[in-house]
Amino acid sequence: MEKINVKVCLGTTCFVMGSSNLQELMDTVPAKYGDAVDVIGVPCLGLCSIDWEFSRAPYVKVDNDVVYEATVEKVLSAIERKLGNE
Amino acid sequence: MSNSGNQTTHLKREILVRIIKAYLKDNFEENVRQIPYDMRPKGCEVPFRCCVYKERAIIKDRTIAGLGISIEDDDEKTLLSTYAQKALERTEPDKNALTVLEAACKGCVPSRVFVTNLCQGCVARPCLNSCNFGAVSIVDGKSIIDGAKCKGCMKCVKVCPYSAIVKIKVPCEDSCPVGAIAKDENGYAKIDFDECINCGKCVSACPFGAVHEKSQIIDVLKEIKSGKKVIAMMAPAIMGQLPCTAEQLHTAIKKTGFSEVYEVAQGADITTKNEAKDFVERMEAGAEFMTTSCCAGYNELVAKHLQEIKPYVSDTKTPLYYTAEIAKKEHPESVTVFFSPCVAKKKEAQLNPNVDYVINFEELGALFIAMKIEVSTCEDTAFNAEASKHGRNFALSGGVAKSVEVLMDEDMIFKAHAINGLSKETIRELKKYAKTGVCELGNLIEVMACEGGCIAGNATINSLKTAFKQVSAYGEKGKPITND
Repeated sequence: MEKINVKVCLGTTCFVMGSSNLQELMDTVPAKYGDAVDVIGVPCLGLCSIDWEFSRAPYVKVDNDVVYEATVEKVLSAIERKLGNE
Repeated sequence: MSNSGNQTTHLKREILVRIIKAYLKDNFEENVRQIPYDMRPKGCEVPFRCCVYKERAIIKDRTIAGLGISIEDDDEKTLLSTYAQKALERTEPDKNALTVLEAACKGCVPSRVFVTNLCQGCVARPCLNSCNFGAVSIVDGKSIIDGAKCKGCMKCVKVCPYSAIVKIKVPCEDSCPVGAIAKDENGYAKIDFDECINCGKCVSACPFGAVHEKSQIIDVLKEIKSGKKVIAMMAPAIMGQLPCTAEQLHTAIKKTGFSEVYEVAQGADITTKNEAKDFVERMEAGAEFMTTSCCAGYNELVAKHLQEIKPYVSDTKTPLYYTAEIAKKEHPESVTVFFSPCVAKKKEAQLNPNVDYVINFEELGALFIAMKIEVSTCEDTAFNAEASKHGRNFALSGGVAKSVEVLMDEDMIFKAHAINGLSKETIRELKKYAKTGVCELGNLIEVMACEGGCIAGNATINSLKTAFKQVSAYGEKGKPITND
């Protein structure tokens, strides 16, 4: 099965708007899904610069799907959907 | 950390960004008036409240706080544009740094002891028997509590074998270590500013985000726009806040319009030296213990509620005090701004003519967003003065005591005791030391109002764990502190 790639945006806008709180995913996701999911923090994904949509930050990408106003719960359910568990 | 990751934090920060953005464009007052409509346009989804009108009303209130004005003084008919104009016209920030959004308080019931439907109507009825005030009675086989008679002693809560009786808390009241915030007869939280020590705990505790800091961001932007030399002084805790180097942060802050950037850790080194000297003198004179004096929340606690411990508090000034003194000396005509992890420093700044304004970390973050500054891509700019490893660690609980310890001679008896966070319990503990003149746990008591130190201040952005790692790593790059 193909690995799921999760990218947590750690650009300034996302970080201030809440991705600081998503850093725990770097520990909890590997613990829960092992090798099936790869999660990394990345520099600015550039999503906030489209129409200057800072208010929908923080952004997370689960493969090519964008999670807006991301929270730990939202990212986890996006992963579950990808895995076909939901 | 301040509620990070929850919706109220997101909302507060979004409003700050919009206020700054409004200022940077033409027609500030009209832009500000439109903020509630921009955030909740006609026909939009209603995320939190009953309707779009209520959402806008609450956003308006939060915007008033962002403009640095008391929400309590709003008569509801004054337009946001008028408040924006007031913010532009004022020559100094308001005295009281906190304000409460009353409309958000409605969702929170007054604190009381309450019997839940887990009550089994048991035969033993320990709740009835334990109550000394006759507040418990049995109706339809189940216990109920008469709020008028209940004194909140919690005896019934403890004796119920089903854990069916609970104390309903009001988070702001519960978090306040000095009883300075309480719901009034109308159910609105009110801050008693004569009692408040500005520790910021209610700001972090309220799940409705009802307690706001009154921002000084417009005042600072005005100073920058007027062409004055505006100097930034960064609290040591800031190094743990964003994913970037200290030197990149230096560059980013300059990009927002500040002329110079000082590390307050530089002043922390002076604090350490003076405090070590003070400690040795006191111990040699036979004192049993001394407490630190760099936490603004603690200093206000001493002034308002704990006068008896004053003789034991070090006479040393705070790192901010020494840094501001240096900054004003090197740049006499400048305006100084402290970047703070918490609201308590706003009070300290009012008492120090060398500190003109205080901007918290959330507001600085909002400034970067509004100006589209990506900190992690900024170049490095070195600082003029290099602070020590120990000065940089002042932001961590235990860091201040550690610095002082490093400067002790080998034969000096030194034992640190940390008061890691002010609460009703730790204040009782401090009172005991002051009363008896003895502290068996140590002779240098380091007091931090926030559990974890300044990196846990009410206006911090990063999670405690990551902030701790980053601040420690930055500290490791510095040289150890020495007496010369």
